[in-house]
Amino acid sequence: MYFRPSSLQEALHVLADTRATILAGGTDVFPALGERPLSGPVLDLSALEEIKSVSFTQEHVLLGARTTWSELLAAPLSRGFDGLKAAAREIGSVQIQNSATIAGNLCNASPAADGVAALMALDAEVVLASRSVSRTLPLVEFVQGNRKTARRPDELLTCIRVPRRLENVVSTFLKLGARRYLVISIVMVAANLLLNPDGAIREALLCVGSCSPVALRLTELERALVGKPARPGIKQYVRPEYLGRLSPIDDVRATAAYRRDAAHTLVERALEACAEKALS
Amino acid sequence: MNKPGAPATTTAQLSFKLNGELHAVRSDPRTRLSQVLREEFRFTGTKVGCDAGDCGACTVLVNGQPVCACLTSVGQLQGAKVETIEGLRHTSPIFDRLQKSFLRHGAAQCGICTPGMLVSAVALLNETPQPDENEVMDALGGVLCRCTGYRKIVRAVLDANHAVALHAAVFEGGPVGQRVARLDGRKKVLGEEIFGADDWPADCLTLRVVRSPHHRAQFSFGDLEAYRGVHPGIHGIFTARDVPGKNIFGVISQFADQPVFAESESRFLGEAVAAVAGESGVISALDLSEFPVTWKSLPAIETPKDALKPGATPVHAFRPDNILVGGRVVHGNVDDALRTADVCVEAEFETGFIEHAYIEPEAGFARRVGDRIEVQACTQAPYNDQKDIAAILGIPESSVRVIPTAVGGGFGSKLDLSLQPFLVVAAWHLRKPVRMTYSRTESIRTTTKRHPSKIFCRAGATQDGKLVAMDFAADFNTGAYASWGPTVAARVPIHASGPYKVPHFRAITRAIHTHLIPAGAFRGFGVPQGTIAQEQLYDALAETIGMDKLEFRCINALDNESPTVTGQVIGGGVGILACFEALRPRWHEAHKEAAAFNSAANSLRRRGVGVAGMWYGCGNTSLPNPSTMRVGLKRDGRIALHQGAVDIGQGSATVVTQICAEALGVPLAKFDLLSGDTDITPDCGKTSASRQTFVSGKAALLAGEQLKKNILKIAGACDCAKIHFLDGALLIEDGEKKKTVDLKGLPLDERGYVASAEATFDPAVTPLNDNGQGIPYAVFGFGAHLSEIEVDTELGTIKVLRLTAAHDVGRAINPTLVEGQIEGGAAQGLGMALMEEFFPGKGENLHDYLIPTIGDMPPVESILIEDPSAVGPFGAKGVGEQALIPTAPAILNALYDAVGVRIRKLPATPDKVRAAILAKADSDLGKAYD
Repeated sequence: MYFRPSSLQEALHVLADTRATILAGGTDVFPALGERPLSGPVLDLSALEEIKSVSFTQEHVLLGARTTWSELLAAPLSRGFDGLKAAAREIGSVQIQNSATIAGNLCNASPAADGVAALMALDAEVVLASRSVSRTLPLVEFVQGNRKTARRPDELLTCIRVPRRLENVVSTFLKLGARRYLVISIVMVAANLLLNPDGAIREALLCVGSCSPVALRLTELERALVGKPARPGIKQYVRPEYLGRLSPIDDVRATAAYRRDAAHTLVERALEACAEKALS
Repeated sequence: MNKPGAPATTTAQLSFKLNGELHAVRSDPRTRLSQVLREEFRFTGTKVGCDAGDCGACTVLVNGQPVCACLTSVGQLQGAKVETIEGLRHTSPIFDRLQKSFLRHGAAQCGICTPGMLVSAVALLNETPQPDENEVMDALGGVLCRCTGYRKIVRAVLDANHAVALHAAVFEGGPVGQRVARLDGRKKVLGEEIFGADDWPADCLTLRVVRSPHHRAQFSFGDLEAYRGVHPGIHGIFTARDVPGKNIFGVISQFADQPVFAESESRFLGEAVAAVAGESGVISALDLSEFPVTWKSLPAIETPKDALKPGATPVHAFRPDNILVGGRVVHGNVDDALRTADVCVEAEFETGFIEHAYIEPEAGFARRVGDRIEVQACTQAPYNDQKDIAAILGIPESSVRVIPTAVGGGFGSKLDLSLQPFLVVAAWHLRKPVRMTYSRTESIRTTTKRHPSKIFCRAGATQDGKLVAMDFAADFNTGAYASWGPTVAARVPIHASGPYKVPHFRAITRAIHTHLIPAGAFRGFGVPQGTIAQEQLYDALAETIGMDKLEFRCINALDNESPTVTGQVIGGGVGILACFEALRPRWHEAHKEAAAFNSAANSLRRRGVGVAGMWYGCGNTSLPNPSTMRVGLKRDGRIALHQGAVDIGQGSATVVTQICAEALGVPLAKFDLLSGDTDITPDCGKTSASRQTFVSGKAALLAGEQLKKNILKIAGACDCAKIHFLDGALLIEDGEKKKTVDLKGLPLDERGYVASAEATFDPAVTPLNDNGQGIPYAVFGFGAHLSEIEVDTELGTIKVLRLTAAHDVGRAINPTLVEGQIEGGAAQGLGMALMEEFFPGKGENLHDYLIPTIGDMPPVESILIEDPSAVGPFGAKGVGEQALIPTAPAILNALYDAVGVRIRKLPATPDKVRAAILAKADSDLGKAYD
């Protein structure tokens, strides 16, 4: 059975009735099948234009769930989204960026999802809708573990909200992989600094991905940075204990010890890159 | 569940615009677009390499944007505009220029990635007509290529919109040495080439294989008939007892040990135990984990160390010590020489399994024609396949017809049978054509790999830099079955000295069985592993002596008159010194530039320069290795070349034709090529061991010369006369005399030609004695690479900035194709150095198993040295494997130059490099306090 509704309400009805496999960009659904064909009821979101755009409210920048990474890159977004755009460019390849959706990246909940770390560092929230009700969750609560989210089977993630107070943060995203293009991150770091007019840090948002089941905000370091000047040399504030909650693993891509070490280096570099940008 | 009012798309409604025409789609809307294009519309130009978005071979344009067709359900495309390689030539104004640029630059080798590359490039050029290099890389970064090393692709895209005069079709001075565009290139750039999965008879059944989920297991089947009963559409289930002939095959007959289907014990994860054939839709929907087979996992041997332990279970009862075979070359007295050498260094090196990662998974079909069997599949060795298939079916070799398709990359693995045995057994019993395409996982899990190695070596030199001795011992993990293990064990000790004069030498190798994937042939047959050890060790030796590392290699370089470690005096065409000397200018410049960078830049980034040399014997080691070429003159005045050297992308079809055309004195355009179909083309041996240009090329030369004589005899002219090939006639120019010979009336010979010739060439070699002394190869190729790298010392990442590759190829029959081999080999060498290692049972896909992308390959400057071989055609030597061998050690030597650490257990991944840098810093700190 194949459902391709053109309105969100219809889609939510289908989901409530069938618990169909949700097909958005397809870039995670198909690889997960291995040799099997896609079977069972499928809810194809590709005709849902209403959740595919970037818009603005008083409080939030709204990223429609079905916005692809390429569409995000083409969207007129302020500099606070530079890190998210840098992440978008690192996702797979142009082919993947043209198909894969922002919400798909979040719902797939891979520990190595580039979009999760970048959006967590923007204090993103997700809007989940079902036939009966709609709710909003912070992204840090939505992603619960490796391939595990708070989405209920009858819910669709419809929108990602970024608070407008962060629209003009100084923003960086760094990804480390073992090759250029088409590479799963060994470590990634998203860093956003909200600055006072005098250049001191009002709010720091730092997130490390691929080093724990869910990308992790470095809250202790964020607090330590408040009030500090965003100037070259800022890396001096990074202390190993601030990365203590990371729990990297050994796998075919790298050792756990290396991940921890590289995360430290990338956090330093991301902060220095922010400081450079703050000056320019 | 389909309630009234619920919005559903049914197949009846589904339609989209495909290559400009509106098409209704019959397939289920959940089907991958790639499958619909290929199966329903038969647009097979869109290739499937991974079904996971990891390779980009299936790239198509959807509403003008490149996407992976394998990640798109056809239901998503209602009303969309889809363009494939077949359509772009009609719909895209730039496509024609682009495909011509690909041809001109040699940007397509095997051609399997070419449609994906071209489609991606069209999308780029539509938006950015004059892109820069970075834009090209960003646009093509999602398409993997394993052949070209990407640089010619980048160049072709950059040049697509620049007007360049095409090479003229006719060359002065004959075709040899000309940059002829590959003769099979047009099919490749138009997406018309037929690879293993691209052709099948209309009534074809589909086959899938049931495989062991354990490294080692005992198994028994349940009720197969009952299984068949609940799955109508299955036409047959096949197991070991259904193999009509011998349930055993292997590339080297005296070591053949691999069953088509395991009989009661499976010996590696992924080994076949049964096959199921039937209606395509039924077979592809089967969940094979429900197949009635019971497994009992048994303790498995995973390392040679465990395999050699006293009391270890023999993998095969008939090889009780788990040693498949050993190799040995001994020359002089190595122990005494090392004891008395001024300087001696030693080290241990280790490499893992390496996957060939061609973009074309194995594919093909078989059909029974009366009492004959026909197999059309991708292969590097049609005549080997014929012999083994005949034995498996218990029929004469003449009853087996092997039709090789275009090969979407082979690199050694497609020398072995893969899916052919299953196909022929099923087709034989069912009397219906049966086809199969391996999934990427199946391809990685079950086909041969490069041998993991553990190498211990010592080398000694005099204080003034003369090599005196080398002692080398290598154990290779050959996995569960023999495959090419004996070849690796034999070839490595011969080459372990490198292309140097080493008066005292000992190399001992062993191929050791384990319960892992069989290791087989991979570009270089073990020599790359040996060279990684030897070239790093010589570097250390030069360092210890305090000598320039390039000069150390120069003063020890082998020459025409000095004996090799097998006692062979090559006598001529030993161009290794010329290769090193050709690198010298860049060597000095590169060191200067690196030193300037290192003193100016912050200390986190360090640059380094490294060099490594290589030699490689062309053809089989001390064994007969003939190729036979047939060429005939047709009544229309055209030349038919029966050319059985399988072109796996390296360009043998073009090179062999160039050679034959030169010998015959006829333009290339007059040739009609017949490929390696065993029914119509004589045996040209395997496409392996860098032998096709040399051996098959020489046979083509001899056949061409002979045909010329035969024609002149018919024309009654002297041997020195010149032949002009006209339409249906010849013009014979014999001094002042000119004479026209009308071909239409002439009788045909027994081969069906007006005149024909067949010639066989078998290079002269001798067996090696117990100490490995003798003449293993008639011709060697030589080369040396210089690499320049930048290391991020905090992250341990390495960026290769530039490669300079000097190769003595004897004579570059086609310089563009030679450069293509060098660049492609270098890319595989770079992957081997920095990222590639396969762990059986883990990461059997192309996002965990990493090969270099377009963004990883630096510019490569190829320097072609032409020190002719006395034996090869027009002096030519092989280059296919030669090109890969020196890259990895050159990069590892550059790493040492940059940061003072050596990675002896490959690959040099960021975590290993960083750990080594930290360990060195600790040890330096320790020294500072000493």
